[in-house]
Amino acid sequence: MQIEMRGIDKSFGGNAVLKSAGFLLDHGEIHALMGENGAGKSTLMKILTGVYTKDAGTVLVDGQEVCYKNPQEAEQAGIVFIHQELNVLFDLTVEENMFLGKEIKKSFGICDKKAMRHEVRKILDRLGVDIDPGQRMNELSVGQQQMIEIAKALMVDAQVIIMDEPTAALTQSETTVLFQVVNSLREKGVSIVYISHRMEEIFELCDRITILRDGSYIGTKKIKETDMNDVVKMMIGREIGERYPAREAKIGEVVFEVKGLTCPGVFENVSFQVHAGEVLGVSGLMGAGRTEIMQAIFGNMPNVSGEIYLNGARIQNKNPQEAMKNGIGFITEDRKVEGLMLEESIMKNISIANLGKISKSGILSKESEDALVKRGIEELHIKCFGPQHECNNLSGGNQQKVVFAKWIYTDPKVLILDEPTRGVDIGAKKEIYSIINELAEKGVAIIMVSSELPEVLGMSDRVMVVREGVLRGILHKEEANQENIMILATGGELNE
Amino acid sequence: MNNKKASNYIQDLGALIALVLLVLIIGAISPEFRTVSNFLSLLRQSSINGFIAFGMTCVILTGGIDLSVGSVLALTTAFCASFISGGMPVGLAMILALLIGVAFGLLSGLLVTKGRLQPFIATLITMTVYRGLTMIFMDGKPISNLGDSFLLKLVGKGNLFGIPIPVILFLIVFAIFVFVLEKTTFGRRIYATGSNWKSAKLAGVNIDMTKMAAYAISGCMAAVSGLILLSRLGSAQPTLGDGYELDAIAAVALGGTSMNGGRGRIWKTFVGVLIIAVLNNGLNILGVSSYYQDVVKGFVILVAVMSDQKR
Ligand SMILES: Nc1ncnc2c1ncn2[C@@H]1O[C@H](COP(=O)(O)OP(=O)(O)OP(=O)(O)O)[C@@H](O)[C@H]1O
Ligand SMILES: [Mg+2]
Repeated sequence: MQIEMRGIDKSFGGNAVLKSAGFLLDHGEIHALMGENGAGKSTLMKILTGVYTKDAGTVLVDGQEVCYKNPQEAEQAGIVFIHQELNVLFDLTVEENMFLGKEIKKSFGICDKKAMRHEVRKILDRLGVDIDPGQRMNELSVGQQQMIEIAKALMVDAQVIIMDEPTAALTQSETTVLFQVVNSLREKGVSIVYISHRMEEIFELCDRITILRDGSYIGTKKIKETDMNDVVKMMIGREIGERYPAREAKIGEVVFEVKGLTCPGVFENVSFQVHAGEVLGVSGLMGAGRTEIMQAIFGNMPNVSGEIYLNGARIQNKNPQEAMKNGIGFITEDRKVEGLMLEESIMKNISIANLGKISKSGILSKESEDALVKRGIEELHIKCFGPQHECNNLSGGNQQKVVFAKWIYTDPKVLILDEPTRGVDIGAKKEIYSIINELAEKGVAIIMVSSELPEVLGMSDRVMVVREGVLRGILHKEEANQENIMILATGGELNE
Repeated sequence: MNNKKASNYIQDLGALIALVLLVLIIGAISPEFRTVSNFLSLLRQSSINGFIAFGMTCVILTGGIDLSVGSVLALTTAFCASFISGGMPVGLAMILALLIGVAFGLLSGLLVTKGRLQPFIATLITMTVYRGLTMIFMDGKPISNLGDSFLLKLVGKGNLFGIPIPVILFLIVFAIFVFVLEKTTFGRRIYATGSNWKSAKLAGVNIDMTKMAAYAISGCMAAVSGLILLSRLGSAQPTLGDGYELDAIAAVALGGTSMNGGRGRIWKTFVGVLIIAVLNNGLNILGVSSYYQDVVKGFVILVAVMSDQKR
């Protein structure tokens, strides 16, 4: 199937989001769509699949002009969209989610559970994920949920699959499997639109790349005829130089220490230290228990035993409030469920973690609130119509920046970052790294969980590797490389 | 942007427009309706529901609901009346009644937070139990020997510059609620709790405390309404306030507050309260039978809430 989109315009309430955007997708190719956060990638794909209607422009499928009225119509035509924001029903099981509205039925409309289970197993096996089809969606990690979304798309006999940042929540090994699947799809003649902010992936996987900037079409290149610098220049209009800015933080005393942290069945006997001004990277496979360990430190997990020390004194974080009072900040991995109040404005979201700062004896000061929020929007370059912009209507990457802005002004002594740059574009990533560096330079101890290995390697002073709830080792900068981390993460031993 | 703003604006003002239309229509039909004295008595009637609806708004904003308000009202007035008839100074009895209202609200809040009951169920329980306790406490009979304290009469029947005291209290309480919900950190916590409690919790909001506070406020407001009724009626009745939760919830819904929490404005609840009062008062004056009144009321709520959902 070949798709051409030409001169697409779209505005929301008078704000132009797409201005003459478009691209051409060939039969059986993997086509990358790149651009900064808010460039309009997701919006363009939503227009193609009938989620939004365009204001102007043409969409041609195999030379025929089409205009799908809703995603179902697009799906019937063979175009499937795996959305950036997960679209799952949390209270249903994996199986029920996958077959929602497409249940296999015996006579009298009774669901054929056996056939469905068989089908689900087949697809999950193909994706190499070990998930029980009867498990409830809300018991799965974000990464696992993402895999289910991908599995859902594979169930439909699609000719075009649009993947909007499918790997944002995946780790290296899941990504590898996904790539195998995507490659085999291409061989069958399926065309893939691949949206991602991970440069390495684009260059590994894709055939061609189209770049959007500020809602406009900039250009299309063959991957073989371009390089990262070129792409970045097209994306943001200038070069950004070193991707991981250098840090001049002096690594000081131990600020933070965890001893024998245990949560039965989830993780066991986790002990580590973080120094002032240090960035401790945390690596591991999906479901290794990294997030749970961080949640436990922040007082947001039940049944946790073990000891936590801050500046040598024992602290108790029975709940997040206490953790905050003790000077710990926590940026969660899941911005949709835990990170943001999606229906609220940017302002209310940033304020809620800083209420003490913007009020006097419980009364809000409008000036300090405005100033704080303005600072957040400016320093993080949040692309929005203003402080009142509802978070639901921000692009994914910009939502992540709002979560970040919530926390960096709380003056934490220890800042835990769980996937801090998930879905963030390359320019904004660098801004976030610079902010992390600044915080480290001020003596904040930083713990950074990340599934993006280049990021862990580029930013960390030491890397801690977790596997199945057990701390496998802490690597110093010199010994931390992709190989060593993967060996530890998958259960191997490092030979001295 | 302008388009969006304009349509939002109209939507924001939907309830207000409905109110104005109602007043104009009923006023056009009935000269009796459009007198100053009728408006003042309409406002006075509305204050009873108004206090309760303000408290209810707080609870609903946190994502809960408080069905117990009518029973709390009955039980607190029963206590207050028995204190007064037992010789306690009226002022003290009233303050005690408010505190008892807070305590009853807190109890509902405890069931919701620590007891992990659904707000609907939790307050259905407290509603039933408080009503039962009222009956037991009063032995099913009214308490009416309240003496003739000036203060007691003032609260419900007094006037200041020709304006009924309940109306003045209503406006003062309204102003306080606007201030608390819009300008304080507590207000932010209420909204945040209802908007996404997980996110709020991780941002350091004490979810349980916030919810309990909301129920406490609701209990206190029910008690305030009770005191005004006590003053107006001159006696406490065991069935007082029966069904009041419904009018309060209707007012909140009319104001467009989301029943899922997190969204809503107190001034809109105020408008909702007025709409219900205008309907009650106007339909009475027009001589519509009470059976039809309920149908009309339901219909107006339907229209208002539906127009609010269009987005
Ligand atoms: N429903 C909406 N209402 C208003 N504005 C919207 C809406 N959807 C998207 N936008 C705006 O359109 C712009 C483009 O958003 P889009 O989600 O397409 O960006 P993106 O390129 O996918 O970015 P990201 O890489 O961060 O996912 C953003 O500035 C966003 O705020
Ligand atoms: Mg996007």
